[in-house]
Amino acid sequence: MDEKASTPRSGQNLANRPAVRLARWCGKVVSAIGNGLAMFALGIVQLPITAVVMLAVVLTYGFGLVFLFPPAILLSRRWLAIARRRAEAWSGVRIEDPYQPPPPPPVPQPDGWYREGRTLYRSPRFPAWSRRLNWLTKDPATWRDLVWLVLHPITGALIAVLPLLLIGYGAHLAVTGAWPVPLAGPVFAAAGLVAAPYVPRLYGLWTRALLGPTERARLARQVSHLARTRTEAVDAQAAELRRIERDLHDGAQARLVAMGMTLGAAERLVDTDPAAAKALIAKTREASADVLAELRRLVRGIYPPVLAERGLGDAVRALALDCPLKVTVEVDLPDRPPPPVEAAAYFAVSELLTNAARHSGAREVTIDIGRRGGDLRITVTDDGVGGADPARGSGLRGLERRIAAFDGVLAVHSPPGGPTVAVIEIPRVLPAGERPKATMPRRKVVLMGLCMGFSWLPLFPQGIVALIMKVIDAPRSWFLALYLPDPLSWITAIAFINLGVAMLVYGRYLAAEYERSKSSPACS
Amino acid sequence: MRVVLAEDLYLLREGLVHLLQAHGFTVVAAVETGPELLRALVEERPDVSIVDVRLPPTFTDEGLQAALEARRRIPGLPVCVLSQHVEQLYARELLADGSGGVGYLLKDRVFDAAQFVDALRRVAAGGTAMDPEVIAKLLAGNARNEPLARLTPREREVLALMAEGRSNAAICQQLYLSESAVGKHVANIFTKLGLMPSDDDNRRVLAVLAYLNAQRS
Repeated sequence: MDEKASTPRSGQNLANRPAVRLARWCGKVVSAIGNGLAMFALGIVQLPITAVVMLAVVLTYGFGLVFLFPPAILLSRRWLAIARRRAEAWSGVRIEDPYQPPPPPPVPQPDGWYREGRTLYRSPRFPAWSRRLNWLTKDPATWRDLVWLVLHPITGALIAVLPLLLIGYGAHLAVTGAWPVPLAGPVFAAAGLVAAPYVPRLYGLWTRALLGPTERARLARQVSHLARTRTEAVDAQAAELRRIERDLHDGAQARLVAMGMTLGAAERLVDTDPAAAKALIAKTREASADVLAELRRLVRGIYPPVLAERGLGDAVRALALDCPLKVTVEVDLPDRPPPPVEAAAYFAVSELLTNAARHSGAREVTIDIGRRGGDLRITVTDDGVGGADPARGSGLRGLERRIAAFDGVLAVHSPPGGPTVAVIEIPRVLPAGERPKATMPRRKVVLMGLCMGFSWLPLFPQGIVALIMKVIDAPRSWFLALYLPDPLSWITAIAFINLGVAMLVYGRYLAAEYERSKSSPACS
Repeated sequence: MRVVLAEDLYLLREGLVHLLQAHGFTVVAAVETGPELLRALVEERPDVSIVDVRLPPTFTDEGLQAALEARRRIPGLPVCVLSQHVEQLYARELLADGSGGVGYLLKDRVFDAAQFVDALRRVAAGGTAMDPEVIAKLLAGNARNEPLARLTPREREVLALMAEGRSNAAICQQLYLSESAVGKHVANIFTKLGLMPSDDDNRRVLAVLAYLNAQRS
């Protein structure tokens, strides 16, 4: 449908016409129902996998057959990777992998033995295996995966076909019910149709709740990312300092020594041969100009003076003037980012311009410097031949590393034939225009308490326990589901489980939001 | 000739004062900061001023800003800007008002007292004195410019010197050419670049600089 909008004006009119909107909605409903069916099928296929994995877990913890655990978990992970990608593709909800990185292989001690805990091993096989086992059992994501494997067939898979179930039930009532029951048929069917477009997102959120990383896992990842980028930044800085030291040592310092010696010679000659002394002094003066030129070049590489004097916008304009290409610079930056960020951004633009001039064969370059919220965003576009690849060019790699120290990212889009568009984004370096609301409304806090406090009620006694009671044909007791006629009692028990899970997930979601709202005013 | 001098490094300031006095200039004010400079320029109205780009209190481009502000208030006030580095951007800003009396030189140029004093006198007379490095950058930036590419190497040399603000006589001396040969080259350059010829040295230079700048924007 996006193709239609290629001519903006007519596309807009077309898109707003009721008939088109209706057609689009129908498409959404049909696709949601069809894909939902596929997801349900996936949930059914999962059943044997669930059985195998749960059997392995029971054998591991009940009978000590530990060697079954890793292959079973890896099987479940492989399967869930598919489930994750499918859910993501259908719902558009981004679901990241929650797993901790695998452990490093064991390293032998100087004497050739491998230490694991207090035990020494001759070969690395057992320590490696034990580390792997630990990695799997200690990762909360493993257990969340198991919960998903068990719950999904009666929760997520049912959510996926909810519209179809409603429509089918409506049809069933309409055909077989005694008067006036058939009147309720269309109501159910309509509810199914209305709900259909929202089902993919619901399904995605449910999948993310269990298969996505928890807040803690996200933080752990962030910490390891920070540690890596910090190491890289420190290394890069050390290398830079070494380069400067070498340049000063071989360049300016050596030249100053030579100048001192020449002046000494001139001093000795000044009485006996004034003409020669004069020539030597003139030579020294020339040498001093050379030293200055060299220092100027060095300073430009450390921190360009125009950047210190004028800030990023004018510094990039100065760059553009020195570039042999026709460069247009647009700057919309009311505040100056911190100096280190400015320097990183400046050198990044400089590198991109150099690339454009050297490799792309471009004639014109457009640089756009602006902000998006608190993020600094720089776009460099050239009309060259394209085909730039950050994975190959060492310059682009260095640039990426440089801005990664500020959590910045570089995105290069350069199809063969051009044009090349490079976007640099450095987050949270400018004062943000709008902050999210600092406090959560009281209504939501109460809702969070209710969800967290009472989710167990539908989930366990009225849901899972009732289901088990139904299976073993136990007395009705206080289980609501057991008082209903047969198909309805199953449905009610499963619906209770879904309600309980939904309350739990929503409660956790609100809790995370609450945490964020409490900590947000502190960071600015 | 009355001079206002702005430079924050004591040694360099004293050195410049000596150099200027030795060449018959009168230093009416030698200041350290941007605000002081602006006040001195507006009150003293010197015949020429020497301004360091980077001055206290902010150590950004205080000096340049003060000089530009003074020229806004007193159009054509002769200013010679000195810096450790030259930028086309600053050169453009200085030349933007199109009235001469502007110099923009690297601090190194002070080493050659005779040339430096010559540049100062040119600026004081309403001419221009652009650092060869600025001109080199301008010409390099115009490498793809059609009319410039049609110039002969000799004409390009003459163009560079002319853009620095040198008179015909100075160009003769520098390139070991006869006065008439230089005149011919200059005429050729003006024809090839499509500029109106002019007898006035200063106006001629400003036309060339404006041409080179305009091609880059």
